Amino acid sequence: MSNVLIYVEAENGAAKKSSLEAVSYGAAVAEMLGGKAVAVAAADLSADHAGELAKFGADKVLHFGGTVNQSSEIAELVAAAAQQENAAVVVTAKSINADLAVPMIGVKLKASVATNVTALPDLSNGFVVTRAAYTGKAITQVSLHSNVKVLSIKKNASGTKEYNKTLAVESFNANISASKITVKEVKKQTGEILLPEADIVVSAGRGLKGPENWGMIEELAKTLGAATACSKPVSDMDWRPHHEHVGQTGIKVSPNLYFAIGISGAIQHLAGVNSSKVIVVVNKDPEAPFFKSADYGIVGDAFEVVPKLNEALKAAL
Amino acid sequence: MKILICISHVPDTNAKIPFKDGQPDLNGISFVIAPYDDFALARAVELRDETKGKLTVLNVGLADTEPTIRKALAIGADDAIRVNAHPHDAFYVASQIAAIAKQENYDLILMGRESSDFNGGQVHGMVAEMLGLPCVVPCMKLDLNGNVAVMQREIEGGKEVVEVATPFVAGCQEPIAEWKIPNMRGIMSAKTKPLKVVEPVAVENYTHITKYEMPPQRSSVKMIDKDNIGELVRLLREEAKVL
Ligand SMILES: Cc1cc2nc3c(=O)[nH]c(=O)nc-3n(C[C@H](O)[C@H](O)[C@H](O)COP(=O)(O)OP(=O)(O)OC[C@H]3O[C@@H](n4cnc5c(N)ncnc54)[C@H](O)[C@@H]3O)c2cc1C
Repeated sequence: MSNVLIYVEAENGAAKKSSLEAVSYGAAVAEMLGGKAVAVAAADLSADHAGELAKFGADKVLHFGGTVNQSSEIAELVAAAAQQENAAVVVTAKSINADLAVPMIGVKLKASVATNVTALPDLSNGFVVTRAAYTGKAITQVSLHSNVKVLSIKKNASGTKEYNKTLAVESFNANISASKITVKEVKKQTGEILLPEADIVVSAGRGLKGPENWGMIEELAKTLGAATACSKPVSDMDWRPHHEHVGQTGIKVSPNLYFAIGISGAIQHLAGVNSSKVIVVVNKDPEAPFFKSADYGIVGDAFEVVPKLNEALKAAL
Repeated sequence: MKILICISHVPDTNAKIPFKDGQPDLNGISFVIAPYDDFALARAVELRDETKGKLTVLNVGLADTEPTIRKALAIGADDAIRVNAHPHDAFYVASQIAAIAKQENYDLILMGRESSDFNGGQVHGMVAEMLGLPCVVPCMKLDLNGNVAVMQREIEGGKEVVEVATPFVAGCQEPIAEWKIPNMRGIMSAKTKPLKVVEPVAVENYTHITKYEMPPQRSSVKMIDKDNIGELVRLLREEAKVL
């Protein structure tokens, strides 16, 4: 029992970037264990795109013909696939639906679970994973003892890696029970880069004074191909939608580059962003606490700095 | 309606946590109801009032968590259960909650979407799976219409509205309700509300935290003049290599 099963979530027919990272992560773990990396996906991944998973390390794809819209359905699909493949480790990228499926899979497979994993496991002494705790104020090493382990990984836990594998795509059948939850309405912004998937995030706070001033933030995000985010008071006041709120009580992001504009850098805000690779802070107050947690800082008025930064980036990129 | 609210007892979110010999040093740190659980508690109190029901608060913890449980009673829970055990991990805690819920048949089991100490976000899903109940996470609005709940749930890039009949489990987040601050009457009455201590059921532990450490610190910030923005762009490309 040394195979690794990876759950792949798709968007518009193609695997999400975070799921491709999960495939590469799973392939690396399979190599360590001497097993195969098997991906499982539902019909949201189109047959054309299923083949691409080999490039990221999958040896095989189990392609389920139906859809799985609810976490309980994902859990049933993944547990059935893990059992068929005798998987020792189940891997998924974090997402709203996968996050809730993970504990359900854990119970179904009598597995130990670690969420928000930030690096490849250490197998030198059992099976030890690294994950953040105390809202990013600590890193913990967690040893998992049960036969089966279920891991949800954060963005940038291992990155993607190119493989040169030949892939077998198999159709997969599982009995999925109908969910007791009825979806009545979905309100989703389309055409935007989703915050948890974004490599670059442009985030702004109360320093922007009002929702009417977000135009320049959106412009900057567009130039960078970035997602937009905000601090908690900004979403509390309805200047921005709630799903953009990052921090201890919001979304936790770990992009390559995080811009914090007019955000003071309260400990609860940092909790959601401090695992970003590089942080740039723009604040008119040289004493703003955020500068202590930044890689690059500019002291200045956002209304002056942001348009200039946007021009400079447009010229350079 | 019979409502169960599960709370965790966590370090104050403003606290700096020092680490000694690979373990957190929690001496002198004040503890609070975990922020997401606090949102769920606030809504649970309102729903109890609306349905003229009963609200029980549950915590898996040793005796030192009792002041936190009393705070939930002061905010409005009617009675409390403390499972007398160290909350070893999510599976352990979920097993304790499920064992109690099996006897009590709650209509609603609410808690936060995750705790702010271990940030696992697993307990709601595990409890639901153990009890065979539907589970909605992250729930940001919850209204009852008889025994049917209409909930708003956050999804990537938006939200969805879902309906589910009781009983179910929900992991909550803001803006489900405003945090409630206990008033004097609440604090006084909390002292005499029933707090039952029960012994845990036996559960095997599958996980073990072997070490805590500080997250890697950033090297000191490089300041760039606001009149020299081209320099920032250059550094992001050539030094940080993120553009
Ligand atoms: C339990 C709990 C949980 C919380 N969870 C979160 C969370 O998840 N996320 C979160 O963000 N917060 C959270 N908070 C709130 C947090 O403590 C801060 O209050 C919040 O982050 C402050 O937001 P802000 O930086 O946008 O606003 P402020 O603190 O008001 O800071 C505004 C900043 O903008 C700067 N500024 C003003 N004008 C300009 C200008 N023209 N140009 C440039 N800079 C300017 C100011 O110097 C200041 O630094 C939480 C608090 C608690 C108690």
